[in-house]
Amino acid sequence: MSPTARSQILDGIRRSLHRGELSGAARQAAEARLGAPPRGPAVARGQLPPAERTVLFRQWAEFNNATVVRAAPSEVAAEVAAYLARNNLPAEAAMAPSPQLDAYDWAGQPMLSLRRGAARGSDHVSITGAFAGIAETGTLVMASGPDHPVSLNLLPDTHIVVLREADIVGGYEEVWAKLRQRYGKDRMPRTVNTITGPSRTGDIEQAIELGAHGPRRLHIVIVGE
Amino acid sequence: MQSTAHDFKHNVDDALADPNLQDSLSKLKVGFSERRRQAAERLPEFEALRDAARDIKNHALANLDFYLEEFERKVAGLGGHVHWAPTAADARRIIADLCRSVGAKTVAKSKSMVSEEIALNDHLEALGIAPIETDLGEYIIQLRHEPPSHIIAPAVHLTKDQVADTFLEHHRALGFTKRLTERNDLVAEARHVLREKFLKADVGLTGANFLVAETGSSMLVTNEGNADLSNTLPRMHIVLASIEKVIPTLEDAAVLLRVLARSATGQESSSYTTLNTGPKRPDDLDGPSQYHVVILDNGRSSVLGTKMQDMLRCIRCGACMNHCPVYGAIGGHAYGWVYPGPIGAVLTPQLIGVEEAGNLPNASTFCGRCESVCPVRIPLPNLMRHWREREFERHLTPRAVRQGLALWSFAAHRPKLYRRLSGLANRLLALFGRAHGHYRTLPLAGGWTRFRDLPAPPAGGTFHAQWARHGGARTRP
Repeated sequence: MSPTARSQILDGIRRSLHRGELSGAARQAAEARLGAPPRGPAVARGQLPPAERTVLFRQWAEFNNATVVRAAPSEVAAEVAAYLARNNLPAEAAMAPSPQLDAYDWAGQPMLSLRRGAARGSDHVSITGAFAGIAETGTLVMASGPDHPVSLNLLPDTHIVVLREADIVGGYEEVWAKLRQRYGKDRMPRTVNTITGPSRTGDIEQAIELGAHGPRRLHIVIVGE
Repeated sequence: MQSTAHDFKHNVDDALADPNLQDSLSKLKVGFSERRRQAAERLPEFEALRDAARDIKNHALANLDFYLEEFERKVAGLGGHVHWAPTAADARRIIADLCRSVGAKTVAKSKSMVSEEIALNDHLEALGIAPIETDLGEYIIQLRHEPPSHIIAPAVHLTKDQVADTFLEHHRALGFTKRLTERNDLVAEARHVLREKFLKADVGLTGANFLVAETGSSMLVTNEGNADLSNTLPRMHIVLASIEKVIPTLEDAAVLLRVLARSATGQESSSYTTLNTGPKRPDDLDGPSQYHVVILDNGRSSVLGTKMQDMLRCIRCGACMNHCPVYGAIGGHAYGWVYPGPIGAVLTPQLIGVEEAGNLPNASTFCGRCESVCPVRIPLPNLMRHWREREFERHLTPRAVRQGLALWSFAAHRPKLYRRLSGLANRLLALFGRAHGHYRTLPLAGGWTRFRDLPAPPAGGTFHAQWARHGGARTRP
């Protein structure tokens, strides 16, 4: 990195703004904003009590072409197998190596063949958990890590997501709070993917087609206690 | 890319005479703008969010150096690298050096208007590095060797049949010998072809919608998922972003995201919004081992603190062009450079000079729809008016226009003369056939009557004459 290029840009900005390095009250205000970020205007539909939140999440996820079912923890593995059978999909999947998913009764689905790890180009189906769900727009939030490789969200044609009902929040701001709590203030996992429905494109005559590069099908299993 | 903005008038003639383009544009008028209206209506807080979005960008611009330094500090703390590029040439050199440092043969690119601005693809190709556009629209126009015609829908000027012909021509060698007729088949074929390229790419290059100073994250909004494959599969991820993309916090991003997708495509949310923060962590199972952010100025810092600063609030949603009657008639290519429509008419003279692009701000009826839909409330007509004034000051306006304006000004300063001349003109026009209520042809007005009739002035003389006849008097406050 060239220090001259850096100072050329930063000094240019300061010259145009008719000041030197940011100082005094303006600097304190900017530092305070980073330290305790103020929220923008509240969006009413993101402020619902938990039970209504789940309903709203489901409504918007379906609006955005995802499919959604509810299941008890004991039913998750059976629901995944049934979904694949219903849609004539192979009973094979790449699954995120996460303790949350390991706890479900996969042994009860002997026909279902699972491989734990990152996705390969040849995988047709992936199964992952989710860090959170956002009710406001029916959006899933995925935090990358050893228990959740990013490629599982993207490479396979069909992505099945097991979302705990308790992880559904109102809006983005609550996701940020949850991320700070889990990873520390100012710390983030390598990638946070927020996913709203399957991959799509409108690049040919503005008509929406699903499955441009990412999954064509997004199936969400909401797990209640 | 090489600008043809100076040739705007010829570009417009070509655009108006292109039946495929006119067919594609007819779909634009109902598609994006209607979907945006519905999305805005579904969110009661939309207008308040637009105000907040404007304020966030204003705050970020007023403290731009501070937030850029903060962003850099956070990226470095995670093992990433920030590179500063004062000019387009600097950015090209930095990116080429990074690609060569890993011996890259191919670069998987997701759509980046800044990369178009710096003509990155030509530069990489000249060095023997193949850039592969992976956004479907960008891929189509890359095959056709065309520039994008819209900032969020680069191939919006093309019909399905044109895409089918292009794919047949270029995919035949890969074994796809059937001409496709259905959109979903075209999408599936592109997916298949590009998937192979993704898996082989050495470098992934993306733009950024926002850079978040608080966390050192680059934020990217897409629908296809191509950007996410670009930043996950190759071993190096390069982010190319201009200086004004930095915002303070994740909370600010939440506000901007709420207005961005709704303004752009009328979606509640785009399919994928991704925050990338540094390279892969030691125990991650995938992700790039190197993460670089190239921050480009290219003339933007000189706009700060001027009347034109508002243009730097732009979040590149494309709503202004989707709602522009001029863009709707001529499409994006006629504007001659990277950024078309009202925002292009404002940005282009700034970035490549008013001498080259002075015509663009004239291509506006000042109807104001662009400003009325802009999610960050950029006063686009005012900014275009500013460029018109600069153009006039610098004597770049055509001589006929200047002389005409001088004549009009001479008369307008002399009310008696003005009334006599306008009365004479009125009587002359009557001679040419007021009876029909319009003129099919008229001397000196061929530019107008070639395309439509010119309405005749109403009977009864000039406005002044009628005003006097009806006993009109000057009203005083």
